[in-house]
Amino acid sequence: MSKKKSGGLGKLKGFVGNQLFIPFIAIVILAVVNLVHDPAFFKVVLGLNNAGYPVLSGSLITILDYGSELAILAIGMTLVTAASGGQDISVGATIAIAGSAMLRVLCGGNTRPDTIQAPIIVAFIVACIVGMLCGMFNGMLVAYFKIQPMIATLILFTAGRSIAAWINNNELPIVPDPKFAYFGGFIPGMPVPTTVFIAAACIIVIALVLKFTNLGLYTQAVGINGSSSRLNGINPTFIKFLSFVILGLCVAVAALIKVSRLSTINYSVIAKDIEMDAILAVALGGNALSGGKFNMWASILGAYIIQFLTTTLYKFNVKSDALAAYKAVVVIILVVFSAPVVRDYISRMAKRFAPAAKKEAA
Amino acid sequence: MDDKRILEMRGIDKVFPGVRALQGVDFSLNEGEIHALMGENGAGKSTLIKVLTGVYVRDGGTISLKDHGEVQIHSPQDAQKLGISTVYQEITLCPNLTVAENMFIGRGAGTLTNWKKMNEDADRILSSLDIPAKATQQLASCSIAVQQMVAIARAVDMECKVLILDEPTSSLDEQEVEKLFGLMRDLKSRGVGIIFVTHFLDQVYEVCDKITVLRDGQLVGEYEIKDLPRVQLVAKMLGKEMDDLSDIKGEQGTYHGADANEQIFEAEGLQSDAGIAPFDFHIKKGEVNGFTGLLGSGRSECVRAIFGADRVLKGSVKMKGKSIKITKPLDAMKNGIAYLPEDRKDDGIIGDLSVRDNIILALQVLTGFFKPFSKAQANAFAAEYIDKLNIKTASADTPVKSLSGGNQQKVILARWLLMHPEYLILDEPTRGIDVGTKVDIQKLVLELASEGMSVTFISSETDEMLRTCSRLVVMRDRKVVGELSGDDLTQNKIMSTIAGGEQ
Repeated sequence: MSKKKSGGLGKLKGFVGNQLFIPFIAIVILAVVNLVHDPAFFKVVLGLNNAGYPVLSGSLITILDYGSELAILAIGMTLVTAASGGQDISVGATIAIAGSAMLRVLCGGNTRPDTIQAPIIVAFIVACIVGMLCGMFNGMLVAYFKIQPMIATLILFTAGRSIAAWINNNELPIVPDPKFAYFGGFIPGMPVPTTVFIAAACIIVIALVLKFTNLGLYTQAVGINGSSSRLNGINPTFIKFLSFVILGLCVAVAALIKVSRLSTINYSVIAKDIEMDAILAVALGGNALSGGKFNMWASILGAYIIQFLTTTLYKFNVKSDALAAYKAVVVIILVVFSAPVVRDYISRMAKRFAPAAKKEAA
Repeated sequence: MDDKRILEMRGIDKVFPGVRALQGVDFSLNEGEIHALMGENGAGKSTLIKVLTGVYVRDGGTISLKDHGEVQIHSPQDAQKLGISTVYQEITLCPNLTVAENMFIGRGAGTLTNWKKMNEDADRILSSLDIPAKATQQLASCSIAVQQMVAIARAVDMECKVLILDEPTSSLDEQEVEKLFGLMRDLKSRGVGIIFVTHFLDQVYEVCDKITVLRDGQLVGEYEIKDLPRVQLVAKMLGKEMDDLSDIKGEQGTYHGADANEQIFEAEGLQSDAGIAPFDFHIKKGEVNGFTGLLGSGRSECVRAIFGADRVLKGSVKMKGKSIKITKPLDAMKNGIAYLPEDRKDDGIIGDLSVRDNIILALQVLTGFFKPFSKAQANAFAAEYIDKLNIKTASADTPVKSLSGGNQQKVILARWLLMHPEYLILDEPTRGIDVGTKVDIQKLVLELASEGMSVTFISSETDEMLRTCSRLVVMRDRKVVGELSGDDLTQNKIMSTIAGGEQ
């Protein structure tokens, strides 16, 4: 019997040590808090929207919908973090740049065009190129010039929104085509938000990439020991560079969603502080911000948890300008609990109880 | 406890998941004694040291110190307060700070530092111990040996009564080792008890008074140095009578294929940016040769140039008579050249990755970015080599950094063998490794050669090279100064060639 017990404890301890433990506990706590506060939180309703089409609504749908951009960014941020041991703080600003470029192509320089001036797919491809160019710029500074990621990306962080405004002569063009709004809203007749499909597509793509290429192995090897990696034939400089380019692509997809939600852009507000949430998503997933090993799914889960938290706080009538302070408190708790020191302590406490249980059983 | 006894460990137990690292180990140390702690990799030496220094909390047993009685040591700080200091194999100081800062860092009594006094104090200690360093010098500008000594000076100044030296000599050359021994004898005469962990038998017999041998986490025994001849020590460490070390070279070392005279690799006027003079080099199929010379003579730099690890400046390279170009490691790998680097920790292992990922890495990179091995395939590769090289690991999923040094080395060896190279370069594969594994590796090298693999073998221990290599390239001051083979392969001849050939 004692064997059985220690086996159970061992499993429990294994789970405490698991990377998904903290995100999982966070979800449980958030769910319980909401359940106690207002069980209606979990209600998903199929209703009609303004345009008369059936759509799903409810807090859970909101989380999936608004968590999409963050989840997509978390993918790129995880790779950048793992490979370079640093973070890209310019993603909010580069979303503005890519979004602005997209608008410029769609509206052709007019503020209020009657029709779109280029197909949406062309505009999106341009945004992708612009996003990747920004990534290349950051990646070049980090990988080839060996500048610390946060310093390197500080440049676009500072200048990005001005560049975005300059692309459209500081005008705020509005996209006339209702189809463009589908990406950040609903496709008529489809009750699930389009963003959910976009995020799912991105997650599937990265899952396939990680399965069918060595991106994961190379990125981790470079992040853990660049010098060893080089002697094993990997090009650490290129892998770091590549991670920033991939993040650039994620930025372009996020920009599509962000711009589509409004069909226009506000240079100083669009995707504001989203870089911090993206970095947090990576950290919440239990990934070391100093690089090396990573768990992509934990980061993506982390992104949705942050959105879960935000939505929860709105439900508690926290004003949007006070949101950050509340979030900070929760974040501190989560980060402290995911710190190795604290986890070690917890597992030591668990161990202290384990022998006692064994003795009793004996 | 008798008067001279300063440390007494009784019945120490330590359990890790799946492994009993220590089982009822006793260890004691007297004042003014240099006590060697010996054992193979994984015998529990490091674990015992870490228990003593509070890095690990022991699961059973007692530790008593003179003047303190029985003590509980929960952290390295506790150990330090009790006068137990450790100097590790890898320098754990900060290279970007000055010598004085390194000696006093973390020991400030208040928030203000009296720089002048600190530097004066440091200089006084350094000169009293005859350490050739200045207080204001940046640590990185000192040689490794001096850095090691600074670490010792730091420990000594903290009023340490027990000084633990964990393989301090593995990166030092002979003269440096001699200096270190001088320092150790000096400390001994001052009544410090020194625990000395090393793999070099010569060194044990040169400075130590007593030997404690561990095997598989258990105490084998404690011996006076004069009562334990070398052969017996080795036998005790291995737990069996060992095959005669010098007898491993025989028929198995020679390759008899029809293409035995084929030149596998040739280099002409090869030079890299690591500061070596251009050199010529060649190796035949199934040949084992080596670069020898003092530490820093450029032997590693030569093989790094062959592998493309350093930037190649000029020279031409041929593989099997065909001209090739090697500008980066991947080029060399594509041509069937494998390189096990000198610095296992910084250039070899990818610490956080699993044993499996570490083993498959080179072959995986060679196979291509878009062709990852399936999980089953990777597991099969890992299992094959864990078995073949007898790598001691809990599982293939264990992070490689948690393995002992010798097993880490085997993992890296497995990585390159999995690639089935035609030409294998081993740079110090036996450094910091126990005798048993050393012999394993030497045997393996000869076995591989007899199967037709060409091997270049570098080692600081010349007898090891004499045992394995049929030809030695001798280096001095970053130049190739001679080549020895056949009857010239003797210790004396190597020495005289290194020295300049006059004697």
